[in-house]
Amino acid sequence: MQSVISVTHLSKTYAARPPRQAAFEALKNVNLEIRRGEIFALLGPNGAGKTTLISIVCGIVTASSGQVLVDGHDNVKEYRAARAKIGLVPQELHTDAFETVLKTVSFSRGLWGLAPNPAHVEKVLRTLSLWDKKDNQVRALSGGMKRRLMIAKALAHEPQILFLDEPTAGVDVELRKDMWNLVRQLRASGVTIILTTHYIQEAEEMADRVGVISKGSLILVEEKAVLMRKLGKKQLALHLTTKLDAVPAALAAHRLELAAEGSELVYSYDTQAERTGITALLQDVASVGIRFNDVVTKESSLEEIFVSLVRRDPAERRP
Amino acid sequence: MNLRAIKSIYVFEMSRWFRTIMQSILSPVISTSLYFIVFGAAIGSRMTDIEGVEYGSFLVPGLIMLMLLTQSTANASFGIYFPKFVGTIYELLSAPVSYFEIVCGYVGGAATKSILLGLIILATAYLFVPVHILHPLWMVTFLVLTAVTFSLLGFIIGIWADGFEKLQLVPLLIITPLTFLGGSFYSIDMLPPFWQTVTLFNPVVYLISGFRWAFYGLADVSITTSLVMTFVFLAACLTVVARIFQTGYRLKS
Ligand SMILES: Nc1ncnc2c1ncn2[C@@H]1O[C@H](COP(=O)(O)OP(=O)(O)OP(=O)(O)O)[C@@H](O)[C@H]1O
Ligand SMILES: [Mg+2]
Repeated sequence: MQSVISVTHLSKTYAARPPRQAAFEALKNVNLEIRRGEIFALLGPNGAGKTTLISIVCGIVTASSGQVLVDGHDNVKEYRAARAKIGLVPQELHTDAFETVLKTVSFSRGLWGLAPNPAHVEKVLRTLSLWDKKDNQVRALSGGMKRRLMIAKALAHEPQILFLDEPTAGVDVELRKDMWNLVRQLRASGVTIILTTHYIQEAEEMADRVGVISKGSLILVEEKAVLMRKLGKKQLALHLTTKLDAVPAALAAHRLELAAEGSELVYSYDTQAERTGITALLQDVASVGIRFNDVVTKESSLEEIFVSLVRRDPAERRP
Repeated sequence: MNLRAIKSIYVFEMSRWFRTIMQSILSPVISTSLYFIVFGAAIGSRMTDIEGVEYGSFLVPGLIMLMLLTQSTANASFGIYFPKFVGTIYELLSAPVSYFEIVCGYVGGAATKSILLGLIILATAYLFVPVHILHPLWMVTFLVLTAVTFSLLGFIIGIWADGFEKLQLVPLLIITPLTFLGGSFYSIDMLPPFWQTVTLFNPVVYLISGFRWAFYGLADVSITTSLVMTFVFLAACLTVVARIFQTGYRLKS
């Protein structure tokens, strides 16, 4: 199946602005295929190049080299066909303070060349709980409402591909849930969604695939499930009936850790390994005479995976 | 052509204007009225007629032009500068619209505003001085051409400006002197010969001269020259706008 977005050898160097600002290489030879109908989460630390990548695909920033195809259309040469399919919710809240909610949303629809459709606009505003604010001036909205307004503007022109650049920043828990429900609905209706988020649990919960970008390089693209299996460390914790002061010498070979003030023995193992060593461990524990009343296993979250990935990047030196 | 996009931008721009309609209309109307009172009635009564036209009446086309030029540049430059300033420009840049369509929307909006203002000022003039229009069609042609040309200029200024000071600097440093020295208040042949020659390098001279000819049949330069020069200026602005969009100058990083 043809990718809905195809990014090849994309690089971006922001021009220097003498005397203060040096040139900056924000993207380095990025290759990425987005599949039709998936939710793709782009993860990366601040300044990794997520917004730059999105901005280039949407036509806001010009690439230094490389190519972007949107549903087969070159996003520079056939910008009309390419952009017509895309909706963008930028990271920053850019709004026309003095216009009304309804007018700004209708404006977006018009800009994409679509005939007015009050029913659709109403539906979008209702889904985002903005309908009763429709006649308010935008400046009279709260931050979270403005964020939703930006989403409404993008949905007003019925995009097939939706970019959400940190859509839940500044949105409360309740509404965040609503928003993810909306994203799921959109996906169900066939919309491809590319999102960036700093809340890794969200990517974990929502995404079909995850891309990790660090210092302008796409260091990994993987099915979320595969990624978690591949990089996931599992931990096995034995809840002990009596506390221990130290790990018994007889168990040293298992490299155990004592946790929860001596009431837990924790064993880390790699799920991908041929032998996890669990059977041997449990036998040894029993033979030493340690009794336990519970066994818990825990998988590392995407967040932990992510942190370990970015740390592993040799270029990354954190203060 | 994405006509709906042009219409959306145009309507959006006009509604911005209507929101502040009182300030938008009142201040130019008041300042032109003051010009009429001071130059037309007070000083004008001591002035001799210019080629058979009363000085107060002679002023009318010049004053309309003065307002047309300043308002067109101000409106258009602000119209495009503002989305850049607040960041809403992202939407224009990511929409399936061509540069030409963006320009049509913004420049169309700004030009419409200043044409309406020009007509309002013309109506105001009737209250103060006798006005007659020999060639109404030409009058409208010059009105529209000038409004469009200077809205384009304003658009360029709005894109170039990266601060509010610059937005005001150009009108202040360039447009106002050009209009004042372009014959709004006098006929070119009232100047010493040297300055007459210098004046011919001022594009505004041709606009005012042509416009005044449409009113009273008086012109400093021939109507053909006026028309040609107006189109030259229009073409120059169009070329610059096209270049700006080709290169993404000050719009895209
Ligand atoms: N217009 C610009 N001019 C110069 N440098 C820029 C510009 N925009 C971004 N950069 C630089 O490019 C790098 C990537 O920025 P980008 O906004 O793409 O990061 P990001 O991954 O979206 O970060 P965040 O998670 O903080 O939003 C940063 O180092 C930033 O300083
Ligand atoms: Mg960002």
